[in-house]
Amino acid sequence: MSTAARTSREVVFVDGVRTPFGKAGPKGQFAETRADDLIVALIRELVRRNPSLPPERIDEVAIAATTQIGDQGLTLGRTAAILAGLPRSVPGYSIDRMCAGAMTAVANVSAGIAFGAYDAAIAGGVESMSRHPMGEGVDPNPRFVSERLVDVAALNMGVTAENLHDRYPHLTRERADAFGVRSQELLAKAYADGVIQGNLVPVATRSAEKGWGLATADEPPRPGTTMADIANLKTPFRVHGRVTAATSSPLTDGATAALVAAADVAEEFGLAPKMRLVTYAFAGVAPEVMGVGPVPATERALRNAGLGIDDIGLFEVNEAFAVQVLAFLDHFGIADDDPRVNPWGGAIAVGHPLASSGVRLMTQLASHFEVHPEVRYGITTMCVGLGQGGTVIWENPHFDGKKDA
Amino acid sequence: MSETTTQAADAFNEVVTHAFVREIDLPNGGGKAALITLDNGFDHTKPTTFGPQGLASLSAALEQIEAMIEGGHDLAFVGVTGKPFIFAVGADIKGVRHVANRIEALEMGQLGHSVFRRLGALKVPTFAFINGAAMGGGLEIALHCTYRAVSGGATAISLPECALGLIPGWGGAYLLPNLIGVDQAITVIVENPLNLNRQLKPKQVLELGIADVLLEPADFLAQALAWAVQVVKGEVTVTRPEVDHSHEAWAAAVARGRALADAKLHGAAPAPYRALDLISAARKANPDEGFAAEDDALADLVMTDELRASMYAFDLVQHRAKRPTGAPDKALARKVTKVGIVGAGLMASQLALLFLQRLLVPVVMTDLDQARVDKGVAYVHGEIDKMLAKGRIDGDKANRLKGLLTGSTDKAAFADADFVLEAVFEELKVKQQVFAEVEAVVSPECVLATNTSSLSVTAMAAELKHPERVVGFHFFNPVAVLPLLEIVRAEETDDASLATAFAVGKSLKKTCVLVKDAPAFVVNRLLTRFLGTVTVSVDEGTPIEVADGALDPLGLPMSPFNLLALVGPPVALHVAHTMHEAFPERYGVSGGLERFVAAGKSSAYDWSSGTAVVDPEVATLFAGGESPLTAEQVRNRALEALAEEIRLMLDDGVVAEAQDIDLCMLLGAGWPSHLGGITPYLDRVGVSERVTGQRFLPRGVASLL
Repeated sequence: MSTAARTSREVVFVDGVRTPFGKAGPKGQFAETRADDLIVALIRELVRRNPSLPPERIDEVAIAATTQIGDQGLTLGRTAAILAGLPRSVPGYSIDRMCAGAMTAVANVSAGIAFGAYDAAIAGGVESMSRHPMGEGVDPNPRFVSERLVDVAALNMGVTAENLHDRYPHLTRERADAFGVRSQELLAKAYADGVIQGNLVPVATRSAEKGWGLATADEPPRPGTTMADIANLKTPFRVHGRVTAATSSPLTDGATAALVAAADVAEEFGLAPKMRLVTYAFAGVAPEVMGVGPVPATERALRNAGLGIDDIGLFEVNEAFAVQVLAFLDHFGIADDDPRVNPWGGAIAVGHPLASSGVRLMTQLASHFEVHPEVRYGITTMCVGLGQGGTVIWENPHFDGKKDA
Repeated sequence: MSETTTQAADAFNEVVTHAFVREIDLPNGGGKAALITLDNGFDHTKPTTFGPQGLASLSAALEQIEAMIEGGHDLAFVGVTGKPFIFAVGADIKGVRHVANRIEALEMGQLGHSVFRRLGALKVPTFAFINGAAMGGGLEIALHCTYRAVSGGATAISLPECALGLIPGWGGAYLLPNLIGVDQAITVIVENPLNLNRQLKPKQVLELGIADVLLEPADFLAQALAWAVQVVKGEVTVTRPEVDHSHEAWAAAVARGRALADAKLHGAAPAPYRALDLISAARKANPDEGFAAEDDALADLVMTDELRASMYAFDLVQHRAKRPTGAPDKALARKVTKVGIVGAGLMASQLALLFLQRLLVPVVMTDLDQARVDKGVAYVHGEIDKMLAKGRIDGDKANRLKGLLTGSTDKAAFADADFVLEAVFEELKVKQQVFAEVEAVVSPECVLATNTSSLSVTAMAAELKHPERVVGFHFFNPVAVLPLLEIVRAEETDDASLATAFAVGKSLKKTCVLVKDAPAFVVNRLLTRFLGTVTVSVDEGTPIEVADGALDPLGLPMSPFNLLALVGPPVALHVAHTMHEAFPERYGVSGGLERFVAAGKSSAYDWSSGTAVVDPEVATLFAGGESPLTAEQVRNRALEALAEEIRLMLDDGVVAEAQDIDLCMLLGAGWPSHLGGITPYLDRVGVSERVTGQRFLPRGVASLL
C-alpha cells in the first residue's frame, strides 16, 4: 500500500482588479447593469492581464455575494466562469460571509492551493445593492428573538455602530467625523496621484433611459468634505446618536476579483507575485457590536503567524463605519491618523459593495507593498454582519530588509 | 422634416427608435467621447428600425453632438451602438407601403442620407460599435462612420434590400464598394440577398473589411471603446484591404453580378440591376453624386408594383404564415408522444428524420419486409451521422435521435402512437388498406395523416371506424428544406384532430396552410396546370427551348422542364393523369410527356457540353405538332390557365383567400416575392381581369394604388 502524495505550498496573490464602484439606487451608474456582468468583466480582465497563465490552468472560480438571488444567484462562480469564456473544464462556486465574502473566497481557495488541491484560482465578490438591497428576501429564524440569541437591532449595521460608540465612549463623534473626512481626503489624493485607476476595469453601463455609458471612476466619493460640512448631519440610526452618512460606508454597487496561485505555479508561468499569504483568521463577537470583530480576528491571525502588531507595517481596514476602525486602532494602540492605515482612504469614501470589499483591500495593500519595500508585513481586515471579523496577513515580496529611513 | 414625411409617419404606427447621447469618460487617458445608443425601448424581439421619427431622433442627437463640439467639448470621438443584441435593422418597411408618390419616396431616401451623412461629416472620428444585428440601414449607419468594431455575438449582418425589391439606399450602394472592393460588395449587396438572404458572420464582416476589429461579446462595448481610444491615439493602426479602383476590376465584378441576377431573375425584378448600376457608378462618383443616384433609384423602386408585391409577400411570410387562417383552437390539440410512419422509402425516411429532430419523441417506421425497414432505418442513421460529422449535433444528441427510432414489419408497433403518417405508394386502395390496418391497432384518438399529393383524403377515410381522425399532411420535397405544409381537412375531420395536425406542423417548424380536400390541394394543382400548358404547347409544335424559356420574364426559380426534372417525370405524369381524371376539361396529359417517361428520360437537356442543350432524342419524343406558339403565346396561355384555376379554387373554397394561394406558392414552390407569390402579378399584367373579370386583390394591397 502506497501513501498518496500531498504537498503544502506557498500561496501568492498574483493580481487584483475591481470595477469602479457605483452609488446604489436608481440613479447609480450600475442601476441597470447585471451583477454577473460586473464579475464577468473582471474575470476577463484578469485573464487578459496575465496572458502567460493558460486559462485552463485556473482550477477554481469562487465568487461571493451576500444576496444570492437573481443575477447574483445561480452559483455565480460557475455561471460567471462560463459567461467569461473560461474553458468548461474550470469549475466554480458561490460563497457568502456577508461583507467578508471575497475575503473568505480568497482564504478558501488559498487554503486549497496550500493543501495542494489547486494550482491557481480566481476569487472575488460582487454586490449590486441597487438590484439587491441589504436584507432582500431574508427570513430570520424567530428563535433569534424568542430566545434572545441576537438583539433584533443587531441586524441593522448602523445600530451596531451606535452600540460601539456606547461601549467605547472615548471614541467620540468628533473623532469619527475626523476619520471620515480623512478617508475622503486620502482617496481624493490617491485619485489625483493616479494610483487608483490602474486597477479599475471600465465597464459598459446599461440605461434604458440614457443609453449606454462607461463606468471608469468611483461614484460614491465626496472629495472636499470638511468637518464643518458634516458637523450637523443627521444621525439616522439613533436619535441624538453619533453615526452619520459621513462616518458610514455608503450603499454601493461593485465587484472585485483576484488571481491567486501556488508560488511555484506563479514562477512556472512567469507571474510576478504581488503579495505572499502568511495566514488568515476569522472570529466571532457579539452581533450587537459586530464592528469589533477585526480585533479578535487579528489577534488570532497574529498568533497563527507568530507575529506581533508591531511587525505590521501597513493596514487596509474596511471602513464599514468610522467608529469600528477607531475601535480596532484604539485596541492596538494605533493613532487615528496613522499613515500606515488606509493610505488611500477607505470604504467611507469609495463605498462598500458588501461581499466585494475584501479583495479591494488586498489589491490596494498589494499596491502599497510595491512602493513600500521597507515594509515586510501588512494586514487586510474587516468586520462582518452578525458579529464576525476576518483578517488576512500578507508578506511583501518587494521587502528589501531595510528599515524605514 | 417635411410635411409629406410627417404625414407618412402618421400613416403607420412607427415604433420610434431613440438616439440617446451620453458624454462618457474614456479609460487610459483617452479623454471624453460622445456615445449614441439606438434603442426603441423594447427588448431584442422587436429590433430597432428607422422611420421618419427615428431619423429625426438621430438627427437631433447629431445636432446635440455638433453643438457640443462647437461649444468646446473636447471629444476624442463619437461612437454609435445599439440596445442589447441589436445594432439596428434598417428602415421601418411598414412605412414603405404608405408612400403615395415619387416625391415622398425621394424624400425618404434623402432624409436618411441627410442624417446619416452627418456622422461622416463630424469634426472628430466616428466609430460604429456593432454589438448585434445590423441589417440594411442599420449597417449603412455603420458604413458612414470612420471606423467599425463588430461583436462576435452579432450574427445577423447584411444588406438585404435587393431581396425585398429595394437597394441599399442610405449610402450602402455607394460606400460599400469603395470600402471593401467592388466584387466583395456585390457579394454582400446582390449575391447574398438573392441566395435566400444569406447573412454575414462576424468573422466574415472582419475579413471583408466591413469591420476593422472583431471583439468577443462578453465585454464588447467596454473593449470596443478601449480599442477606439487606441485608434484615436495612434496606438493601433487600422489596416483595410486595398480597393482596386481600376475600370477592369469594376467591370468584371459588375458583369459577375449581372450574370448572377440573370441566372436567378432573368431581369424579372429591377432591384438587383439598379443596385449593380449604382455600384458601377460608385467607382468614379463623389459622395453627392453617389447618394443622389441612390435616392433616385430608391424613389423609382418604391414606386414599382414589384416592390409593393415584395412588401406584401414579406408580410405574408412574416405574419400570415404564423397565424394559419381557419385553424381550430390550439387548445384542442392532443399531445403527441409517439409517431408512426408507414413506409420506409426515401420520402418516409426523410419524414422520420424530420419528426425525430423536431419532436424528439419515439418514431417507428414500418414496411412490408425487414429489408425495406432496415434500409429506411439505415438511411436515417446515415443522415444523423452526417449531422454529427458536420458538428451540427454532438454525440449525445446523435445517440438520442438514433435511440428514438425503431423499425418494424408489424404495424402493432403503432399501438401507443398518437400520430401515424402514411407515405406509401400513391394509390387510393393501398392507402385505404394501410389506414384500416393501422386503425386496428391504435387508439380511437390517434391521428391518421396522409402525405398524399393528389388523392382524396375523404375517400381514404371513408371505410374507417373513426374517419374524423384523418387529415392530409402534404409536405414538399425536399421536406427538410421547403417550409410549406398543406394541412387538409377532409369531410369528416374533427377539430381536435385538425388542431393536433397544426400543432405537429408547428413543432416541425413548417408554415401550415389549411386547405380543403380538393384534387392536388394548392401548389401541385397550380404547378400541374401550369406545366401542362407548357408541355402541351410543345406537343403542338413549339420548340422545347422556346416553351421552356417562355416564363423567364417572371423570374421563377426554375424553368418548367427543370421543374419537371426535379419533381421526377413519372411522378409529374402520375399527377397529370390524376388531375386529368378530376378535371378533364382543363388538365390535359401531354403525349410527349408520356413518351418522355416511357423512354425513361429524366431531363430535357443534355449537359455534356457544359451548357444546357435540348437533348435531340427528347425533341423527337415531343415532335409531331404543327402549330408552334411564340414564347409570348405560351406565357399568356400559362398565365391565363393559372388565373382561371386560382379563381376556381377560391370560388370552391380550397383556401380562404388569395393570400393563402400566394403564401403556398412562395413557400411551397419558391415563387419569388416580386410576383407576390402569383396573384399580384396576375393582377399587375391584367390577366386576372381578362380571364376572370376581376382582380384577385384590391389595388394597393400588393400593388401601387
